[in-house]
Amino acid sequence: MTLLAFVILLAAVVIGYVMNLRAARAIRDGGTRMHSLEGFHGGYAALMTLVPTFFLIIVWLLFQDTVITAIVKAGLPAGVLGGKGTGEVQLIMSEIRSIAGGRIFGTPEDWKLEAAEHLVALRELSGWLLVAVTAALASAMMYISRRTVAAEFRARQGVERILHGLMVSCAVVAIFVTIGIVASLLFETIRFFQMVPFWDFVLGTNWEPQIPIREDQVAAEGAFGMLPVFLGTLVIAFIAMFIATPIGLLSAVYLHEFASRRVRGVVKPVLEVLAGVPTVVYGFFAILVIAPAIRSFGDNFGLPIAPNTALAAGSVMGIMLIPFISSFADDALGAVPRSLRDGSLAVGATQAETISKVLFPAAIPGIVGGILLAVSRAIGETMIVVMAAGLIAKMTINPLDSVTTVTVQIVTLLIGDTAFDSPKTLAAFALGMVLFLMTLCINILALRIVRKYREIYD
Amino acid sequence: MFDVQKPETAVDQTAIKIAARNVQVFYGNTQAIKDVDVDIQDKTVTSFIGPSGCGKSTFLRCLNRMNDTIDSCRVEGEILLDGQDIYAPRVDPVQLRARVGMVFQKPNPFPKSIYDNVAYGPRIHGMARTKDEIDEVVEKSLRRAALWDEVKDRLDTPGTGLSGGQQQRLCIARAVATRPEVLLMDEPCSALDPIATAQVEELIDELKQRFSVVIVTHSMQQAARVSQKTAFFHLGNLVEYGDTNTIFTNPQDHRTESYITGRIG
Repeated sequence: MTLLAFVILLAAVVIGYVMNLRAARAIRDGGTRMHSLEGFHGGYAALMTLVPTFFLIIVWLLFQDTVITAIVKAGLPAGVLGGKGTGEVQLIMSEIRSIAGGRIFGTPEDWKLEAAEHLVALRELSGWLLVAVTAALASAMMYISRRTVAAEFRARQGVERILHGLMVSCAVVAIFVTIGIVASLLFETIRFFQMVPFWDFVLGTNWEPQIPIREDQVAAEGAFGMLPVFLGTLVIAFIAMFIATPIGLLSAVYLHEFASRRVRGVVKPVLEVLAGVPTVVYGFFAILVIAPAIRSFGDNFGLPIAPNTALAAGSVMGIMLIPFISSFADDALGAVPRSLRDGSLAVGATQAETISKVLFPAAIPGIVGGILLAVSRAIGETMIVVMAAGLIAKMTINPLDSVTTVTVQIVTLLIGDTAFDSPKTLAAFALGMVLFLMTLCINILALRIVRKYREIYD
Repeated sequence: MFDVQKPETAVDQTAIKIAARNVQVFYGNTQAIKDVDVDIQDKTVTSFIGPSGCGKSTFLRCLNRMNDTIDSCRVEGEILLDGQDIYAPRVDPVQLRARVGMVFQKPNPFPKSIYDNVAYGPRIHGMARTKDEIDEVVEKSLRRAALWDEVKDRLDTPGTGLSGGQQQRLCIARAVATRPEVLLMDEPCSALDPIATAQVEELIDELKQRFSVVIVTHSMQQAARVSQKTAFFHLGNLVEYGDTNTIFTNPQDHRTESYITGRIG
């Protein structure tokens, strides 16, 4: 049915286009000077038909299930849902849905079968209604736009207005999705803080999210102090930036200023390959190459080093971020006007002096912006740390110890069978919120730095 | 042409600062400059005129080896500064550029304070070490560029915040701060309004007391106003070179005549 609706829409769009085009041509051939070219009249009809009808179909499809379910629920015999919680009601409804889909398990009660039949009938009805409404709206829009064709009608501007509206709605969609994500995060976080005191979470130094699920189970009481996890994230991000920043920046300077075209032609693509390596592969590299190397290096000095270390995870993450920083720095250096470079060389500065005293300061906003975005990525990076950093939350800044990060804990909290109303699961959302706030602050800072210096330097 | 004041006797007596012999410049396979011979005198303003693309800027940039920064550019022939070939292997282009300063078409102050812009050259060449010495160089250079009175109270504000004409004079101050012997100016007034242009021209006239100034210009009036010697370039050739007065009143070559009367270019 949905397919049929789309076919009708498509046909209406084409017919509307052709009709308006023909009508406009007829006017032009009659010797009248048209305000807009015929194509615009056709395009106006096509867009006028396409946009509202398409939105109608989408909205219909989005809400059809909710509405049908509500109707079926209302039509259930009185008393069968009496005294049942929301979870059970949902279970019953999904059972009805699967019966309607032909998957019958066991022998369901009669009223369930009836409800399923009801559901099927409603779906059928909804499908036909959709087709009818689509056809009606599309032909109405076609008629309206056909009526507009006239020598003085500004179809050009009309098309532009519709396209403008489309762009606005795309931007709005992006914004609303963001708001939706933040809101869902926020609500779960609030639920978490109803179970665990806010300050215990923010200032607690003990992270042991294992809590007993059954009464008789032996498990820790459950402690949700985020500081050790948070500290682990910072340690790893710091190590990563400590490696990525100098290497990334200096390689960008080399590539941009000193490398011959041939060297640049080879090195740049290689760096870009580095950026394209999946993070899982970096994770392998960290546990199979870097971590054993650090261990045997430590053994030489009689240092016992954990198999999972912050250093291994952080340094591999640093390697991952090198191309990120170097491409940002490369762009920033490339954006510095040539005249500045010439001005510096013309007073007798060497190339290195020109770079360090003129190009670098002028490129700083772009470079700092890139570094801060890299920090956001280091904080949010998950796969490498899951594989290489460890799971035990320790309050330590020793890079040779095993630490855990916010992202790792979110993964472990949500893996496996979890109840969505226990603090253990909800803690993941609280951690996610912390992570979100951190990266948000860093991104805002990056944007502000970029903007502030751009004003001065342009 | 009587409004052009030129101490012609003084010109005749001054020494040759830069001598170019048989200079050829290539960009890849295209030849941009052919067989240019020219003697540029000390303490004189020499202007290069000619239609766009005739090679005058290219030749100017050969004089302080700024063309070195362009990979495909190749220079042949001899350019002697005080009798020394500046393309000789033992000449350091960095040191050369401190002796032969350059001002560009578009004002290009660094995104630094006015003070740091002027102090840039002296600092990297170690000409001034203490704060007092640098202060002195900065003041002297800004005075020479006729900018001191306008900026002395805001030396720590960004040089990019000045007006176009002030920025260009700041660039001149930056160039003279390294105490060069020759100052090359590549259309220094083409981005300026008439008032700023007049200020810069006045400045050029004063600068020739100390330096040899070479200026590329599209404005023949400007060449007539500021220079004592004029060279006319056309299609990569140096067509005519002589006293500004002669070039503008009695050109020897028909191409020069056509250009200054506005028939070609």
